[in-house]
Amino acid sequence: MANLAQAIRLALHYGETHLGVTDVFGEDVGAPLGGVFTATQGLKTAWNTPLDERGIIGTALGIAYAGGKPVAEIQFCDYIYNVIDLLKLCGNVTWSSAGEYHVPLVLMTPVGSGIHGSMYHSHSFESMASHIQGWKIVMPSNPKDAYGLLLSAIEDPNPVLFLAPKALMRQKGAELIPGEPADERTLHTMIDAPLGDRSDWQPNWPPVEDYRVPIGQAKIAREGSALTVVTYGRMLPLSVNAAETLAKEGIDVEVIDLRTIYPFDLPTVKASVEKTGRLLVINEDTEVTNFGEHVIRKVMDEAFYSLEVKPELLAGLDVPGVGLAWGYEQHSVPQADDVLAAMRRLATQQA
Amino acid sequence: MTATTWKAPKLTDTLKIAIHDKMVLGRATEELMIRMMRTGHGYFWIGGPGEEGFNVPLGLLTKKGHGPDFDYLHLHYRSSATVLAMGAEPINLLRQMRSTATDPYSKGRNFVNHFAIKAWNIVPVTPTIETQYTTVIGTALVQQRHGGDGLSYVTGGDAGSAEGDFWTCMNWSTRPGRELPVLILVAQNEFGISTPATQTQNNLRLNERANGFGIRNACVDGNDPIASWHAIAEAMDYVRHERKPFCLQANVSRLYGHSSSSGANRYDEPDCIGLYEQRLIRENLMTQAEIQAVWDKHNAQLSADLQKVAAEPMPGKEHVLQHVWHEGPAGN
Repeated sequence: MANLAQAIRLALHYGETHLGVTDVFGEDVGAPLGGVFTATQGLKTAWNTPLDERGIIGTALGIAYAGGKPVAEIQFCDYIYNVIDLLKLCGNVTWSSAGEYHVPLVLMTPVGSGIHGSMYHSHSFESMASHIQGWKIVMPSNPKDAYGLLLSAIEDPNPVLFLAPKALMRQKGAELIPGEPADERTLHTMIDAPLGDRSDWQPNWPPVEDYRVPIGQAKIAREGSALTVVTYGRMLPLSVNAAETLAKEGIDVEVIDLRTIYPFDLPTVKASVEKTGRLLVINEDTEVTNFGEHVIRKVMDEAFYSLEVKPELLAGLDVPGVGLAWGYEQHSVPQADDVLAAMRRLATQQA
Repeated sequence: MTATTWKAPKLTDTLKIAIHDKMVLGRATEELMIRMMRTGHGYFWIGGPGEEGFNVPLGLLTKKGHGPDFDYLHLHYRSSATVLAMGAEPINLLRQMRSTATDPYSKGRNFVNHFAIKAWNIVPVTPTIETQYTTVIGTALVQQRHGGDGLSYVTGGDAGSAEGDFWTCMNWSTRPGRELPVLILVAQNEFGISTPATQTQNNLRLNERANGFGIRNACVDGNDPIASWHAIAEAMDYVRHERKPFCLQANVSRLYGHSSSSGANRYDEPDCIGLYEQRLIRENLMTQAEIQAVWDKHNAQLSADLQKVAAEPMPGKEHVLQHVWHEGPAGN
């Protein structure tokens, strides 16, 4: 099975051969490295930029103005803050020009903790991004969804932010991407560049096929009736694992993989809460003005009388960063034990 | 017109008179919009009266059209004379000034002189004073691959050149073997809102910053439309055919200050139109009566346009959610 980085690479290959992607670019995105997570290795349209985030976003917008279809990358979301005004511009072009121009671009950036990334390789960005109007925001939790979401993002005529949970980049999927070789060793020899000198290397792309995960469509990752957990990205596998543990205790938790942060799939969330009467939102972004608060507010608006207990948010502590020593990350970002404890508590709380 | 047929028009006497006509049109439009701001026909004015001597030749020398065979324009908000010289209808500027629902550039959402005209490759003007120096890289990159003689030009003010995007533009357009057909334009009016340039710039020749990148550059008196014509034509010719960047500074006047925020009152600075009219008379190209007739013609038409615009609908609740998303296929 492809891992998440390979899935992104396969999707970009499909994008540049079938969906008109003209440019995949960013710092270290082109040869020889192909991205710090190798997610852009071997792509024919990949190129390296100066170390200049403002140039990257401005160039992407210009390419989109001129009829191209760019996929740009900011190497880590922690370094995206000096382009916020350009992101605002990308998001408001269609509205401010009354539809004269639109902005078909994809911006990829790795997010989240879990790799001992310290202060500037551990941030989350979805809550901040949700305040920049005019963007769609997606975040996969597995390789097949990454592939399907990225193809949908590429074809969308609006700017789409593709957030890649960096701790999952080397995680293999449970399902094959359509057209992916069944043997992962075969896939490795086909599309992973060799170590050392790779100047003569060319990938041998497998015949991957069209597969879409529609933007705005969540997935019920695990069905249950005792509690609704809404999560995404790196917290999804932790939540599913915790749900399986609780199932052995007779607590049947439903886990929803949001997949799209904005516009999020309220009907799926609402239907689940109407069934379970309980809601726990889990993510690793800091807790103040967290996107999960918006999810809870919408549920309060739409399904208040279905709630049996107060909804909760399990998120990162409101501290300035994720510290390098494991103790910092362990006690400021939700971990497996925190997820399990919160789910157990909310599922069993007296109504 | 194709990618290989563009030639700058010859600067004939007829064209010199036409330049005057467009300069007057630009000034009369801006002065009417200032009056609109003062009489309740608009909330806020910002524009470029005083820059017509440079901006009109720029518009007339633009290879106008849609797609990479033609010039892409990344303008700032002092570019009304350029867009009017290209053939924009003055009434549409009045619509944007009044924020009507009929404003074709933003449907009443943006300040005046914030154009967006896809048919002419004019990408949306934004109130930021620097982002256009980065977006120009993208259109120029597409043109570099496409071939032909289309170029991308970007306009900005001297104050905005302090932003890093100005440097980004020069750096990205001079990567070895990846040079871009970008014409980098800076209007030096020696003010950033209220702050004099002498407090913020150690060298008022901002084009000389391009020397550090090996970019050919020049400085021209933007109050002289004839000198501006030749400087722009030379710069454009270089960019079109060498496919490399050029940086051109125009020293201009700022006749009505920064915007409404500084009162939009007339400043005592050289007036490019008055200077040009003296020259036209001196060279026996126009008489004073003919010059006055040009002013009267445009003012009369603008008055009629304003009467029409004043009766047009304003945006309402039904407009708010329009164009949040593009619903059609991708591709500009």
